[in-house]
Amino acid sequence: MTGTGTPFVELRQVALTYGEGRDATLALAEATMSIAQGEFVAVVGPSGCGKSTLMKLVTGLMPPSRGEVHVAGQKVTGPIKGVGMAFQNPTLMPWRTTRDNVMLPLEIAQPHRSRLRAEKAAYIDRVEKLLASVGLGEFGAKFPWQLSGGMQQRANVCRALIHEPQLMMLDEPFGALDAFTREELWAIMQDLWLQRRFTAILVTHDLREAAFLADTIVVMSKRPGRIIQIKRVDLPRPRTLETTFEPAFVEIVHELRERISEVRAA
Amino acid sequence: MSRERRLQLIMPWAVTIGLFLIWEIACRAFNVSSFILPKPSEIFAATVKFYGPITGHSLHTLLTTLLGFAIAVVGGMALGLLVGASSLIYNGLYPLLIAFNSIPKVALVPILVIWFGIGTVPAVITAFVISFFPIVVNVATGLATIEPEMRDVLRSLGASRLDILVKVGIPRSLPYLFASLKIAITLAFVGSVIAETVASNEGIGYLMLAASSRSDVPLVFSGLIVIAILGVVMYAICAWFERRMTGWAFRGDIVT
Ligand SMILES: Nc1ncnc2c1ncn2[C@@H]1O[C@H](COP(=O)(O)OP(=O)(O)OP(=O)(O)O)[C@@H](O)[C@H]1O
Ligand SMILES: [Mg+2]
Repeated sequence: MTGTGTPFVELRQVALTYGEGRDATLALAEATMSIAQGEFVAVVGPSGCGKSTLMKLVTGLMPPSRGEVHVAGQKVTGPIKGVGMAFQNPTLMPWRTTRDNVMLPLEIAQPHRSRLRAEKAAYIDRVEKLLASVGLGEFGAKFPWQLSGGMQQRANVCRALIHEPQLMMLDEPFGALDAFTREELWAIMQDLWLQRRFTAILVTHDLREAAFLADTIVVMSKRPGRIIQIKRVDLPRPRTLETTFEPAFVEIVHELRERISEVRAA
Repeated sequence: MSRERRLQLIMPWAVTIGLFLIWEIACRAFNVSSFILPKPSEIFAATVKFYGPITGHSLHTLLTTLLGFAIAVVGGMALGLLVGASSLIYNGLYPLLIAFNSIPKVALVPILVIWFGIGTVPAVITAFVISFFPIVVNVATGLATIEPEMRDVLRSLGASRLDILVKVGIPRSLPYLFASLKIAITLAFVGSVIAETVASNEGIGYLMLAASSRSDVPLVFSGLIVIAILGVVMYAICAWFERRMTGWAFRGDIVT
């Protein structure tokens, strides 16, 4: 990809096989790509092609069967620390209030962990500010099950961001939401990214979402997943809902859609 | 309070009183001998008459039960956390736990008597062993069913196994623990009363055995009813505790 300098995330011929012997499923085959620091990458492809698997490999939650993953210049051998993760299912803890849920990474990731006790007030302030910036200002004291699905997903994104990770892994975080809420969250996500410029990998089924948020879109084939196309999105930022109606945007979505239907038919 | 809600509160009392009324009427109508089945009024009279000894013995049983139960809660939680947190320990211990749980606990009492003699100790231990298992299983289940995504979120933050246990494992297994306490406390009563009947000279179980050898059937029944009441009260306390401690598991829908 076109990033400058050394890549932040690099995959070298990474493959992953689940199971052994006759049960073995090749989920991901020969993935090679590099992602620059601060780049926003979207991964699209048919269901079951190994997108979630790719996320687990990048974060070191699973070791690859072949090949190597490098993050920040180091070979990944175990779970890498201080990553922000958000999944389709918000996985908020029902026994914690929204504020305490968002606090969770601060209780675990360094250097916050050792500072938390001494600087509690400052950290709480930070959480409140972040919640307010996604429109959850008044809901800090509520429990997750007292929030709507869209609000839970916003809290989930806050939790992934609060410790200012360098790397954000988003596995269909907006998948279960209605179209309006989803578009609202795209804008929020883009704002947060423009402010902080973390490196992000977003898995999505929504091609408009990919084109709206990403600098680069990676298209994968049917299982076993191979990277078959890497598409730059050079639309200016900040993108707005208006952007999604512009011919350049529509064309990108169109091209992606055709590519994926070819893959699915293959 | 709505009419429906009031009815719901009254129902358990109404049903219980109704049952005793039918029992009383049936005994009178069919002229049942009080050696076979005493009338509730006779049981009540026996309770009043032996008020002092019944109170003393039931307090003893209550303490015995609570002691055994307390040990079961602490031990059960510890073992449950171990079994739930490590699949190695799980695989090693589970068959043994199942085997142990299949042993009828009454069969243990004679062995306990050989080891500890007649008295309170065998009863405490019986209450413990009988109420231990459901606690272990529930706590382990709570731990083993942590969502993999939750675990991934924590691991990618750099959480250690201990962190995961403290932040997710224990809070998540609490509702399972409290659910098991309701079952465990009633089982603990079964355990201590059984042991008292076989090997003690104190407690409600002993009182019933003594009464039965004197053919004082109303007193035997009085003992039964006291045990039942203690069981219900302890169950209610555990249930109340469960609601208080793990309200989130009921999604805030707290009705008592
Ligand atoms: N734990 C597992 N054990 C065995 N096979 C698995 C496991 N997880 C995933 N797979 C297999 O690997 C393949 C890729 O799975 P993965 O979850 O990465 O797909 P995905 O691209 O994220 O799909 P979706 O878009 O539906 O989320 C699938 O065919 C699946 O059957
Ligand atoms: Mg997936």
